[in-house]
Amino acid sequence: MRTTFSGTEPDLPALPKVAAIVVGASAGGVEALLKIFKPLRRGFRLPIIAVLHLPDERRSHLADVFNSHLAIPVKEADDKEVIAPGTLYFAAPGYHLSVEADLTLSFSQEERVYHSRPSIDILFESAADAYGAKLAGVLLTGANNDGAKGTARIKEYGGLTVVQDPAQALARTMPEAALALHTPDFLLPLPDIALLLVELERIAC
Amino acid sequence: MAHERDTEIELRLLIEAIYLKYSYDFRDYSGASVKRRVAHALRQFELKTISALQERVLHDPSAFMQLLQFLTIPVSEMFRDPSHFLAIRQEVVPLLKTYPSLKIWIAGCSTGEEVYSMAILLREEGLLERTIIYATDINPTSLEKAKQGIFSMENIRGYNENYLKAGGKRLFSEYYTAAYDYAIFDKSLSENVTFADHSLATDSVFSETHLISCRNVLIYFNKKLQDRAFGLFHESLCHRGFLVLGSKETLEFSAFKDRFEPLVKQERIYRKS
Repeated sequence: MRTTFSGTEPDLPALPKVAAIVVGASAGGVEALLKIFKPLRRGFRLPIIAVLHLPDERRSHLADVFNSHLAIPVKEADDKEVIAPGTLYFAAPGYHLSVEADLTLSFSQEERVYHSRPSIDILFESAADAYGAKLAGVLLTGANNDGAKGTARIKEYGGLTVVQDPAQALARTMPEAALALHTPDFLLPLPDIALLLVELERIAC
Repeated sequence: MAHERDTEIELRLLIEAIYLKYSYDFRDYSGASVKRRVAHALRQFELKTISALQERVLHDPSAFMQLLQFLTIPVSEMFRDPSHFLAIRQEVVPLLKTYPSLKIWIAGCSTGEEVYSMAILLREEGLLERTIIYATDINPTSLEKAKQGIFSMENIRGYNENYLKAGGKRLFSEYYTAAYDYAIFDKSLSENVTFADHSLATDSVFSETHLISCRNVLIYFNKKLQDRAFGLFHESLCHRGFLVLGSKETLEFSAFKDRFEPLVKQERIYRKS
């Protein structure tokens, strides 16, 4: 497990070529997500699929908020949508979001996971099934245990896992729960995660 | 990875076995969700492999009925998405009032929350007495619950809020009798409701209808099965009939896109072109 990333470390092991990035966050998540996505330039080519726990309002303004702050296109996911390169998708409130084997997105209203729908575990586990080793999973700040199992699953299927350093997270429960289940490839502060995303894209595309 | 591949094979065999033995067709359901539900069922049955589950349900119909409860998702509420019901009241009801008699199909009615919501709305608009409602589902246990019209008191407060936001005209409590922890809904609401076993995956159209409500059912289908369902709805609906979907369901990506027009797009209310 590495605890810093600048992209210039001399002993840096080769990063894998991934086809997608999944991200999960809860309490403190809006600020954290803005920090890691802000440096992504227009023309970024990897798809990013994110679950952010929010109160169950029917129409979320997340996509609008992020669209106005980021250079990459952002949208709320639609059921049966084909995952497009370079787009940041947010799960819609009130529905779980999954990745299907044919790399489309799908919705469901199964039971809440850790009181949450959408659930990070459900997104991560289904994405691990669909992408196998060609997936990077990033788990950030949060005050519950969602995402720990999903992150471990990504690792189990050969993907790359990144957990925000709990010491620097607004809410440390979620990253700590993930660390209790598996050892991620990277345990990083937010600015390093941003650099890692840029590097993952450079290598993959 | 080898293990994961085994799971995919076992899952396909289970779904095929269920279809061959019991004629329930989950082959064109969205894979990720079916996989999770089968994994959940395995834990409940305390079985290690999907193959073991397959053996159990193949030789024991009662075990299959248990599995069916896991495979179908009875997550529902009354007046779910109140703005949807408000839009039906404001935009659709005035047009429904022009018909001397009405037939409405609630497809995938689960435990009946959508049925009673629609019946209450129709009663308040003076339409219930001249309406026949067909409420269909693939799960007989859910249909039985729907027929009973008994819902947990725990949820009633939330339903009441929804009812008011949906433009409810009376007191929600006028529609049920409270008995301990349950709310027993007025039998007259379901007098004209026919509850029936019907599968959007394998059955055909059974009646001409003026309005079809199918909410949060199509998200569990793949595109091919969605198109089958849209085909049935198109065939069943009368000229200019109404189709209403769940808040995240759309005709947008379907082969039937051009055969319906949106009436209230935001609320997923469509009309046959």
